Amino acid sequence: MHIPDGYLGPVTCGVFYAVMLPIWATASRIVKKTLKAKQVPLLAIGAAFSFVIMMFNVPIPGGTTGHAVGAVLVAILLGPWAACIAVTVALVVQALLFGDGGITAIGANCFNMGFVEVFAGYYLYKLISGRSPITSGRRVIAAAIAGYIALNIAALSTAVMFGIQPLLHKTAAGESLYCPYGLNVAITAMAGEHLLIFGWVEAAVTALVVKYLQKQDPDLLEAGEEVAE
Amino acid sequence: MKTITKLWIGLGIFAVLSPLGLLLPEHFKAGDAWGEWGLDGIKELAGYIPKGLEKLSSLWSAPIPDYAFKGWEEKGMAFLSLAYIFSAIIGMIIVVFAVLLLGKFLSRKK
Repeated sequence: MHIPDGYLGPVTCGVFYAVMLPIWATASRIVKKTLKAKQVPLLAIGAAFSFVIMMFNVPIPGGTTGHAVGAVLVAILLGPWAACIAVTVALVVQALLFGDGGITAIGANCFNMGFVEVFAGYYLYKLISGRSPITSGRRVIAAAIAGYIALNIAALSTAVMFGIQPLLHKTAAGESLYCPYGLNVAITAMAGEHLLIFGWVEAAVTALVVKYLQKQDPDLLEAGEEVAE
Repeated sequence: MKTITKLWIGLGIFAVLSPLGLLLPEHFKAGDAWGEWGLDGIKELAGYIPKGLEKLSSLWSAPIPDYAFKGWEEKGMAFLSLAYIFSAIIGMIIVVFAVLLLGKFLSRKK
């Protein structure tokens, strides 16, 4: 889901940097007000977790690969605005240091994984959890469903970015200047593989860690509820 | 043991296991992620290399491209796995320090 340099034209890259700037600013403002200093190490762990989980490429035999993002988990633990910052840091390091995701596409990639996935996952989790106790099984299921759906929405958003390129930029001869595939192909491929495989990986990762923390340290999950409000 | 300590240990375990993300795709002959092909790959798939893509694709040369050390490409999966673990550790250390630094400015004192 890391869009490399060259797949998005300047318009899309610019628009999503412009969209992300106020989101990053808002995130900073809200996190400054709500995150306690003693929660900062957990935020660092969340960002590092997101970084490393994205290195676990899952193969579709004979096909492509994909991976979980961990964004929904961080949102559950620390609220969506802190998660936005955590995933952004992970994505920026991946782009600058490892060339995973383009530098022109940092805005776009942060929008998909650090904003769309984070907020979709967070509110789905809240919605499905309802008022259930912090250690209830319903929350584990909520985490799984939120992970699955949120990753798929992020994949769809990524596919749309890819797919609009041939509409935006074409040479006189009709060749695409950037991503060569249109909406049909991009959405079919991205949605298909994420619905089929990668969404389940995000679901499992999110649900397993929530389940583990319910047993190990329910207070930590409870603290996540507070920071988000 | 405190939860936070266990989570740090968990990250270490992830780093050590990270080569699975390299070896499994290799084993199952899975290629690049969709939309993340190199220039050769895209030529094969689309039949041409889009002009703008070609120009922008080399915009940034990352110090550790694709979590592998430069010059190690031909050394085989064992070396690539080692580089992958190093990349996971280096990456996580930088991410952690970046967040701790940000957290100095972006958190309530009490």
